Amino acid sequence: MNYFPQGRMQGDFASLRLERVTRRFGGPGRPPALDGVSLTVQRGEFVALLGPSGCGKSTALNCIAGLIALSSGAIWLDDERLDALPPERRGFGMVFQSYALFPHMTVQNNVQFGLVMRGVPAAERQRRTARALALVQLEGHEDKLPGQLSGGQQQRVAIARAIVVEPRLVLMDEPLSNLDARLRLEMRAEIRRIHRELGRTTIYVTHDQDEALSLADRIVVMQDGTVQQIGSPEEVYAQPANLHVARFMGFRNLLELDVDAVAGGEVTLRGAWGALRGTARQSIDGPRAIAAIRPDEIAIGPAGGNAIAGEVEGVEYYGRDCLVEIRAAGGLRLFARAPGRLERGATVHAAVAPERVLVYPASRP
Amino acid sequence: MTADRRADRAALLVAPAAAVMVLLFIYPFLHGLVLSFRPAAGGALASYATFFTNRSLWPTIFTTLRLALPATIANVAFALPVAYHMRRRSRYQKVVITILVIPMTLGTVLIAEGMLTYLGPKGWLSQTLQLLHLASGPVRLTHNYTGVLLSLIVSGFPFVFLLMLSYVSGIDPVLGQAAATLGATPWRQFRYIYLPLLLPGLAMAFCLAFVQAFSVFPSAVLLGAPAGPTRVISIAAYEAAFEQFDDSLASCVAMIMGAVQLIVVSAVLGLRRALYRGPVTGGKR
Ligand SMILES: Nc1ncnc2c1ncn2[C@@H]1O[C@H](COP(=O)(O)OP(=O)(O)O)[C@@H](O)[C@H]1O
Ligand SMILES: [Mg+2]
Repeated sequence: MNYFPQGRMQGDFASLRLERVTRRFGGPGRPPALDGVSLTVQRGEFVALLGPSGCGKSTALNCIAGLIALSSGAIWLDDERLDALPPERRGFGMVFQSYALFPHMTVQNNVQFGLVMRGVPAAERQRRTARALALVQLEGHEDKLPGQLSGGQQQRVAIARAIVVEPRLVLMDEPLSNLDARLRLEMRAEIRRIHRELGRTTIYVTHDQDEALSLADRIVVMQDGTVQQIGSPEEVYAQPANLHVARFMGFRNLLELDVDAVAGGEVTLRGAWGALRGTARQSIDGPRAIAAIRPDEIAIGPAGGNAIAGEVEGVEYYGRDCLVEIRAAGGLRLFARAPGRLERGATVHAAVAPERVLVYPASRP
Repeated sequence: MTADRRADRAALLVAPAAAVMVLLFIYPFLHGLVLSFRPAAGGALASYATFFTNRSLWPTIFTTLRLALPATIANVAFALPVAYHMRRRSRYQKVVITILVIPMTLGTVLIAEGMLTYLGPKGWLSQTLQLLHLASGPVRLTHNYTGVLLSLIVSGFPFVFLLMLSYVSGIDPVLGQAAATLGATPWRQFRYIYLPLLLPGLAMAFCLAFVQAFSVFPSAVLLGAPAGPTRVISIAAYEAAFEQFDDSLASCVAMIMGAVQLIVVSAVLGLRRALYRGPVTGGKR
């Protein structure tokens, strides 16, 4: 049965392609909010757009939804050009950060709104709405107004409303950012379950790396309107393509050091405390480089192979472990996670495997 | 400090305003009410009897309604789409607001003067229409019903428009976007999202504009035919007070005027109670 008089709103697709999508706000003096973003999303995939606030994630999502126009570039759904199509003709479901529930409509009417717009007959509308509400576990709330629901319930209504029309693409803009920590974890599991059950292609915007890592098949890391890295959660987590990504993915130690030797991928760095071996993630040609090390990949012990020796300067207790601040010769400061408590002033060795010391070129002055 | 004590303080802050209300509004109102039941001759209801039996008095209610209701409906009907189209902030919005608000600062008398000059039988509108052979004789838009109606629309529109604009821009635009992603065309976004959320405001704007239009006086005299088709109720009150020096009858007309306004406003607000009146944003911010 075809409920789509405009014709093109339904029907599955093989891939969604963004080609050098650019969007400017204001004069040419301001940097673009979105600068030449290219991305291909395959059918059924769960892709997360990850980046700090203001990096252009929402702008990208709104461009895909058709809510804002592109300054240049193109968006394709297979061989259909999308960017000239108004949002109501795209057939995508969107979950807004503020939920954007219609305040004057009951839960039932909110959820079935898209079906009404598509002219779905009442009986089938009823059936599909009930199924969507069951999926988000909101049975029994049909006649309430959004204002009578808790934040988590509103959020689930927003999800039900977006998926009940069986959109070919689901867009979610930081859907969990307004929830408290416990509910956020619950809803994260819920979103994962819904994606598993329905298999809808999903683009999910977040600034929370845990959310992106746990939900997505693929992560697109963004910064200042540009794509920094596209990869699986494992790749982005363990092998950040550049310093921006490394900083965002929890590489808290970014140590600018002298380059001693470069041999293939292996780089030896030097400081007043000695030498440290690492792995180049980008080509190293200058005299200085930055070593990126994650605090939890440092092993603290009395002596170690590839290690920096220093004195414990501070210990922050976290329950499961401690965050230790180590001060090495020459004023170098290092953060490491240690399972037990350490005495302030103790001399320790912070050891890291050379393949977990990621070396990036230092930005030239 | 307990909540009760804080409420007491708030009551104190309201006191000056309440005193002004009592002095400037409630006292004259009660005075007029009493006066209307104390005619110079006859029983307590003699002034009311005069009003409802005199053929130059009671029909003024309907003359005024025939002007005030269409003018108010027209203003609300024009203001809604204009305000809706200007809901997004822009430089163009500022310019249009300025242009639309100018009539508000001019006052009814100046508008009436201007309309007399431009829309009179020898004004440029009439002459242009004749030049273009769109009219065979002089076009009469003043000193009749049309003149007063036009002036009520011109002077009332900015007020309704500004009210509507504040209601429209109070609605979170993301609601319209959400409807769009769900397949709603621009018209349906208006029909199903904006309109229902705007209706309570629309009712409010209607009431305020109606009360203003119902007490029309200067333009009914200057632009209308005060002896006949635009003999509005305020003219009847004026004549009773300043030509017949019958304070009781004048007060009686004023009371009836207030009663008619109250009836219309209550009817509209009664309808409004049936509408959704909750928040106009969709969820947490
Ligand atoms: N409507 C707008 N007008 C002007 N600037 C905007 C607008 N929307 C977004 N921006 C700017 O574009 C940049 C990216 O914004 P956004 O996409 O909302 O970021 P994110 O969702 O990643 O936090 C920001 O610098 C923001 O100020
Ligand atoms: Mg955002």
